[in-house]
Amino acid sequence: MALGFEAHLGNTVITTKLDAIINWGRENSLWPFIFGTACCAIEFMSAAASQHDISRFGAEVVRFSPRQADLLLVCGTISYKQAPILKRIYEQMPLPKWVVAMGACASSGGMYDNYCTVQGIDTIIPVDVYISGCPPRPEAILDALMKIQKQIEGETILQDRHKDFKGILD
Amino acid sequence: MNTTALEKMKAAFPDATCSTVLDAVVVDVQATALESTLSRLKNDPSFNCGLLLDVTGIDYLEYPDPPKARFSVVYTLRNWQDNLLVQVRCAVADPQDGVTTASHLWGSANWGEREVYDQYGINFKGHPDLRRILNHWQFSGHPLRKDYPIDKGQICYETDSLEKEIKARLFENGIDESTMRDINTEIMFLNIGPSHPATHGAIRILTALDGETILANVNEIGYLHRGFEKTAESYTYNQVVPLTDRLNYCSSVINNIAYVKAVEAWLGVKITERAQFMRVVLTEFYRVLDHLVCIAANLVDMGGLTNYWYLFNEKEAAYDFISRLTGSRLTTSFTRIGGMYRDFYEGWEVDLKAQLLSIEKGIGDALKLVETNRIIHDRTQGVCILPAETALSYGFTGPNLRASGVPFDLRKDAPYYNYEAFDFEVPVGSTGDIYDRFMIRFAEMTQSIRIIRQAMQHIPEGPINVGDSQVCLPPKQQVYSKIEGLANHFKLIFEGVKAPRGEWYDSFEAANGELGFHFVSDGSGRPYKVKVRPPCFYVMGGFHKMVEGYMIADAVINLGCINIIGGELDR
Ligand code: SF4
Repeated sequence: MALGFEAHLGNTVITTKLDAIINWGRENSLWPFIFGTACCAIEFMSAAASQHDISRFGAEVVRFSPRQADLLLVCGTISYKQAPILKRIYEQMPLPKWVVAMGACASSGGMYDNYCTVQGIDTIIPVDVYISGCPPRPEAILDALMKIQKQIEGETILQDRHKDFKGILD
Repeated sequence: MNTTALEKMKAAFPDATCSTVLDAVVVDVQATALESTLSRLKNDPSFNCGLLLDVTGIDYLEYPDPPKARFSVVYTLRNWQDNLLVQVRCAVADPQDGVTTASHLWGSANWGEREVYDQYGINFKGHPDLRRILNHWQFSGHPLRKDYPIDKGQICYETDSLEKEIKARLFENGIDESTMRDINTEIMFLNIGPSHPATHGAIRILTALDGETILANVNEIGYLHRGFEKTAESYTYNQVVPLTDRLNYCSSVINNIAYVKAVEAWLGVKITERAQFMRVVLTEFYRVLDHLVCIAANLVDMGGLTNYWYLFNEKEAAYDFISRLTGSRLTTSFTRIGGMYRDFYEGWEVDLKAQLLSIEKGIGDALKLVETNRIIHDRTQGVCILPAETALSYGFTGPNLRASGVPFDLRKDAPYYNYEAFDFEVPVGSTGDIYDRFMIRFAEMTQSIRIIRQAMQHIPEGPINVGDSQVCLPPKQQVYSKIEGLANHFKLIFEGVKAPRGEWYDSFEAANGELGFHFVSDGSGRPYKVKVRPPCFYVMGGFHKMVEGYMIADAVINLGCINIIGGELDR
């Protein structure tokens, strides 16, 4: 279910103005959860450090508790051993939530086409934005952040996202 | 040195076949004699092999004219005092039956053998805890066997509970049912990770606590296992270089260099003088960067964010220099077999000099906040002490071993690339606590910078690649204008550099310790097998020895100070 508030409105009330203000709030205060497993996480550290400074986007409150985050940034390779943990963390995040697959590994398995690597996290959880690169530069992370912001702009609070997603672990 | 060592071995083990391969003495033994051979090598003072570096299996299924037994296991040992490297190889007639374990001799055998069991399905009789380590518990089959298809993934639905293991560990530490029932001991099981800020990525720590004191600890790794070794078998030797970047992404170039050095050693290729100096400069520069990140992250674990900026910003600044040098920031792939991808750009000395100065400033700033800081002293001094014998037994190398007071450094003890000509010191700790492991990295950075400055002064001009067309790509001029050049180019790209048939081990002093590669070649341009000896795998294997008896908060900073890098740990 979406924010508790709009659940009461049903589809009888037009909430365009409300959408606009809530979306504005959401897009400028994203709280990322960094699921950093490998090399890509080091580039995330750079994005957070002073030179690239992710706080310009209001997204500097890096959380390691899924309960406090609304943006899941998967930075690194996900192995089959890691997959159930990723899924659980995604599920523990409250709605609404967005997912970024950072780097070749998270997006497609990258250069590891083998027995232990998940060939893209979208086989486990739904993904909103993919970043190419191995690893992507910090600027690419900021770019993905802006893409998510753009996406949030056009969303409505009346709809739950990704209700029908089914991955290999479901 | 090795001829006398060989004679000694021959005399000591008359039933075994002894030979020398590169720097190592290889002893082939029967399965029945394996245990006694290993124990003699460890305990006999004339061999004194205190370090068990690595254990690996080999599957000869597809090997041209394979030996009678399909599998064999190889133990790599080192006597660090006398620079004696020994490999004991033993044919395994029946993997189910397996061989006798060596885990009662060295602590490092515990994890090493578990890995062989996991990847090859070879049994080790008498092993206390033989179960999977890199692959998940629901996995069936053994991926490094040649008949296991590389792309056959197996889904894991649930993580392992580790309940049995932690109970066994408690029991081993003398905490039995009656203590657990005692009103004053209330044992709580606490799981940290594998996704937790304190675990730096993908490691799982399960502890049994009494209050905040750790009574028992077990670790689960393998969350970042991405099949390096299996993947490498399907690539040519040069194509493996980008994979090595991702083994240790904090010091990618060191991994590149260590890997190609191992291949070159077997090919008998001597790289040019300039390339050697380039490799020294890069190795030391990356050692500094690696330590910068380690210390910066560790200080965050202790709550010191300011230091993080002082140190990490220098690392960030170095990326610009590295981009100019190699074309990328993190995953550089800067070496090739027989030399380097390209020469340093013009004006690199000026940039590097400036870089070193600002790194020194960053280190100085950070040290000012750390050196006499009461909180840091209280939290690190006398905490998580590891005595030298335990460190050796668990196969520690690099800064973590030296922190425990063992002055072993391959750059001094088995020098390569003219390291003997450089003037530098190897810092050694006295107590083996967190403080030592931490400060040793500060000291090593200073020494590395010292080496770089000397190398910059003496670096000669000249070619960076060897002129051998069987090893290095010919210059483009020749490829486009001569048929020989074109043919050489194609052959090297399609077939790879051909390594003669055989098996060998070569090692390198990486930022974390001894990084070794054990190769098996079938004579083609692709490695038949590559086994990495990652330094932090064995450090992690001894983690419980450092933290048991201390507090949970100490375990967190201890994990930071031993610098575990997932890519290298799990490969
Ligand atoms: S995409 Fe590349 S850099 Fe990122 S985790 Fe995968 S291998 Fe590492």
